[in-house]
This record gives sequence, C-alpha cells and structure tokens, in this order.
Amino acid sequence: MNQTVEADRRTFLLSVIYGLWALTSLMLAIPASIYLLWPPRPRKEDPWTEAGRLSELKLDNPSELVFRKNRVDGWKVSSEKTTAWAVKISEKEVIAFAPQCPHLGCAYHWNAAKHEFLCPCHASTFSIQGDVLTGPAPRALDRYKLKIEQDKLLVGPVHKPGENPA
Amino acid sequence: MSLRRRVVDWLEHRTGLESAVKNFLYEDIPASAGWHQVLGSVAVFLFLIQAFSGVLLAFNYAPTPGEAYNSLKYILTELTGGSLIRGLHHWGSSLMIVVVVLHMTQVFVWGAYKKPREATWMVGVGLLLITLAFGLTGYLLPWDNRAYWGTVVTTQIASNAPVLGPYLTRLLGSEGTVGAVTFARFFAMHVLLLPPITTLLIAIHVYLVRKHGVTPSPEDQGATKKFFPGQVFKDTVAIFISFVVLFVSAVTVKVPLERLADPTDTGYIPRPDWYFLFLFEILKYLEGPLELIGTTVLPALAIGALLFVPFIDRQAMRRWTQRTTALGVVLMAALGWTALTVAAIVTTPHSKTVGEVAPTEIKDWRQLSPEALAGLLYYRREQCSSCHNLAPGKKAVGPDLAIASVRRTPAWMIMHFKNAPGTVPGSAMPPVHLEDAQLMALASFLKSLTVNNVSQIESAPDDMVAGADIYQEYKCAVCHSVNGTGMAVGPPLNGLSLRQTRPWVEVQIRKPVKHKPDSLMPEYDLSPGEMNALVSYLMALPE
Repeated sequence: MNQTVEADRRTFLLSVIYGLWALTSLMLAIPASIYLLWPPRPRKEDPWTEAGRLSELKLDNPSELVFRKNRVDGWKVSSEKTTAWAVKISEKEVIAFAPQCPHLGCAYHWNAAKHEFLCPCHASTFSIQGDVLTGPAPRALDRYKLKIEQDKLLVGPVHKPGENPA
Repeated sequence: MSLRRRVVDWLEHRTGLESAVKNFLYEDIPASAGWHQVLGSVAVFLFLIQAFSGVLLAFNYAPTPGEAYNSLKYILTELTGGSLIRGLHHWGSSLMIVVVVLHMTQVFVWGAYKKPREATWMVGVGLLLITLAFGLTGYLLPWDNRAYWGTVVTTQIASNAPVLGPYLTRLLGSEGTVGAVTFARFFAMHVLLLPPITTLLIAIHVYLVRKHGVTPSPEDQGATKKFFPGQVFKDTVAIFISFVVLFVSAVTVKVPLERLADPTDTGYIPRPDWYFLFLFEILKYLEGPLELIGTTVLPALAIGALLFVPFIDRQAMRRWTQRTTALGVVLMAALGWTALTVAAIVTTPHSKTVGEVAPTEIKDWRQLSPEALAGLLYYRREQCSSCHNLAPGKKAVGPDLAIASVRRTPAWMIMHFKNAPGTVPGSAMPPVHLEDAQLMALASFLKSLTVNNVSQIESAPDDMVAGADIYQEYKCAVCHSVNGTGMAVGPPLNGLSLRQTRPWVEVQIRKPVKHKPDSLMPEYDLSPGEMNALVSYLMALPE
C-alpha cells in the first residue's frame, strides 16, 4: 500500500518535471524560431527614384543616367550611386536598362558608330531594344521599371526581360 | 529489450552517459533540503536564458556605435518576436540580479558558507561581481542616450580610482571620450570575456557544492534523501515560476529605447540601472574629496567584507533561526539599500530636453538670406528628410533639425556634413556630397530654423528655392543685397517687385546695357528655366 503511494508520488513528480521543462523549451523555441525565420516586416520605402528628365533624352540615342538610389540592407539604408542606360524610343516611351551585361555582369556601353550596346568583356552586343545580337550573353539586357511623371523619369526595381514589370 | 533500452545501453557503453546522469541525479542531499535551496538552480537557469537570448540578439545586432542603435531598432520594429527576445534579455538581467542576491542571502542566513565551504562562497561572490559586470557592460550596447550617459558616469568613476584610474581608463577605451573604442571594449567584455569566465566559475561552484554536499541543517543528524526527483521537482517548479515571471515581463513591459546617443546633450541626467541606484544616491552625498569614499572605498570594503565573510564569522553551524546577528545584518542591508534606492528614484528628476529659443526673428522664408534659402534646396535635393525631420514630429532616424541646429555652429555643421562620425561618435549619417559653398548654405539654412518658424520656412515653394540657388550660383550677392546680406555695389533687391516689372528684370539680367549704357552689371545668359526661377524669386522678395 505504502509502496503504491510512493510510486504514484514519483510518477506525479516526474510528469510535472518533464511537463514544465517541455513547456519552458517550447516557450523559448517558438519565439526564437519566429524571430530567426520569419521575414522582416518590409519598410515603407518609396521604390521610385528620380533618375533624370525626359526632355534631356534624345530619340534613339541612349544616354547613361547617373543617380543615387537608397538600398535597404537590414537596418542599413545606404545611398548608392547607380546608373541606367536610358533609350527614348518615342516621345512618351523610355526604356531604362540595368548597367550590367546579363552574361557576367560587366559594364557595357553604347557604341554609337555601330548603333549597338557593346560589352567589352566578351564582346556581347545588344540592339537598342536590349536584345542580344552576338556573343555569349544568355538573355536580353535587364530593365528597370520606369514611369514618367510630367518630365521626371522615375526608376524602380530591376526586372529580367519577359518578367511582368507590373 | 526495448529500443530505448538498447539505445541507452549503446550510449552507456561508449560514453558512460547514463551512469553520469544517474550519479548526478541520485546524489544524497540532507533530509532538511527543500524550497529554500532552489535559488542556485534558478540562477543557473537564468544565466542560460541570458546566453540564449543574447546569442539571438547578436544574430541581428551590429556591434559598432554607428549601427548598434539602428540594428536594435530593426530588431524591435521589423523582426517578429524581436522585442520579446530583447525583453527576455533585458528583464532577465534584472531578474538574475534579484535571484543571485536572494541566493546569497539564503546562504548567508543559513550559514552555509562555513567550513569547509569557504571556497564555494568566495567563488559565489566572484559570480555576483560578474553578474554586475554583465549589467554594467551590457548597459552601453543599445547606444541610446541612456546607455551613453550612463557609461560616461561609469567610466568617469573608474578613472577616478586611486593609482589604477589611468590604467582603467585606458583599458575601458574611454580616454577623452566614450566612443568607438569604449564600445568595442564593452562589447568584447560582455560577449567574449564574461560568458566563458561565468561558465567556468559556475562549473567550479557546482563542483564544490557537490564535493561538500548541500549544507545540512543541525537537526538533520545525518539523515539524507535523494536529489531526484523530490528536489529536482522543487527546482523545476521554481525555475518555471521565474521563467513565467520573466516571460510575462518581456511581453508586457516595454523596454525603453531612447533616442540615439547624443554626446552633446548636456541636459541629459544619466542614471544607472535600478540595482546600482543606491550607489548613485550615495555619491550624491559625498562630494569633492569625499567622492572617492563612495566610488572606491565603500565598494572595495563591501566586496572585501563579502568575500571574507567565512573568515569573519567562524562559529560552528547553528539553526538559521538562531543566527540573529546574520539576520540583523541582512535586514540592515536590505533597509539601507531600499532607502537609498527610493531616495534616488524620488529625488532624480526625469531628464527632458531643455528648449532653447534662437535669437533670430525670421518668421517667413521670404526673410531668409538667399544663401539660407538655397540651403533648403540642398536639404531637399540630398533627401536629408529620409532620416531627419525639420520640425519635431513623427519619429525619424536622425535628430529633428529645428531643435538640434540651435546649439550648433555653422563650422561644426560643415564638419558634421563631411564626416558625421567625426563629430558625433557613432553617427550613421552618410557624408553629404556638396561643394563647400553649398554646405555653408545648408548650415546657414539650418541655423535659421527655430521651432516656431520651421513649418513656415518648410513651405517655401520649389521654384523660389531654386531661384535662391541660382542667385547663389551666379554670386549675385557680390554686388547686391537681399534681406540685409550681400554687398552694396548694386541696388538692394528687396522690394524689387514694387519698383520694376518682370520683363524689365529679365532684360536687366540678360543685357543690362539696354537699360543703362554704362552699367557695371555683367550679362548673364541664363536658360529659360533658370531665368524664370531667379526672377520669380526676386519678385517675391519682401520690401
């Protein structure tokens, strides 16, 4: 009789010990996992940066725009010098290409004589629309999202050709 | 044989784990052991919580003065669960102090430090000091105003220590100012030096407790029981209660994060964490040469007395109810501590920013000098407002400029624009890429702001501001004056709209000889946009 009481007491103590430790571990593990794995809340940053003026671009004559863009990296917001190759294809339509060659990321430039973009690293060439003409580049030039407000050219994030720029 | 048994046996053969755990759990403890002996276990548990939450914080924390504050803010505002983790770490440190002190009090009252347990006690005193050192070094790491000014006082006290002062100052990296070096030292101590030392001391402490056994009470007369499960149950329940208290505090009590450390905010009244408030209060009564008593002599005496308690009181073990002297000492200490802490809380006013009024009478952007107004253009163009407010209002990364600029000189501001961390240690502000003349204009603009005029000035239209910039660019002020600044070679331009028409002014700028053949004024070939902005600005000038 006395032995069963002792055994019951032991079972009770053990279940409280295991139960409380399990609960404590969960109360630590769950918040810790959320803290580490949950994506950070996005900052409300204006994705559009003014990069230049429509009136300063010439038709069918790409020009390199230089502007500063805020980059958010965790707690760090840094202002980076950024460039874009802007092509005015009509009075109301402008394309802005990201400045890196889609092959290995070299900086390409506009070759006015041949009317094409030329990447000096591996001689990829691109049409004024950004399509690959020759060379190893795997795809057309990446573009910035772009909108025009009155005369201002507002540049947004980069997207690959064919991706929905919405 | 069950799978569990086979796994345990396999492990036992190779590591001896099972017998080690059994050895640990089935230790004999005195029959009188009970709830009063759970505090040591709770203290170890809280240390583990501190390590755990500390590591988690470090995953998203940048340990430099420039970024510490921003990264902590990121943890608090952008990461889910971030404020809970910080709450655990912050309130965990306070709770740890409470538990460590209670543990010590219990050991003291029960006389558990007596022969042969002197070494256990002394290691324990070491652990108390380390716990306080954790609090002291961790205090700086948020790099807010509270952290900064608290640490200024701490390092000041250290530097006043006799003989050791200069060496301590160098060691803490606080020569001249509390800055990047101090921060690195405090961080290194807090996360690299103190944790392993604590672990080592805890290991020694627990080893010694095991070696001598838990202190029996005189009435035990040798009777024992097993540590497991009875005492483990009590430890577990106590640990769980402390954890729930901590968890609830972390969830419900917001840990303050003040504004970014501002070494120039001389109106700030620094205060230490609550457990150091009694020392803070003592220091108020001891001024001048007596201060050394409070900062060095008393703490040294207290630590020495604590450390040598086992040698001061060498009487044989007695029941704790008979230890009237020990109880008296504890009571006196508790009363003294409480009185001093309460006095400190009651008598220290909350710090507030002292408002200052600038001597300027400017009420309107039209009254600004062209230089200052052009500064507004640079303010807008350089997107200063992504981190600063002009008028105090919604929260911003940097200070509100209408307030902050009042106590700065233009020369200071220009140094600050070029290299902000050089003037405000730890500032995360990027350099402003402008020419010196433009920086001067920006400083002049900020200097003219007050809390009263800022919203009016901020409303200046873009084209007016652009006009002021053109006025600056073409150095009109070399001959003309506006709002009392500039030279008197040509006529002052205030009230121009009352004297002349727009077309007249445009011609005067483009070809002055048309109005006056012997005019000294050069011809300016402005673009239509520039001309429009400049003339609009000039025509808007007050009388």
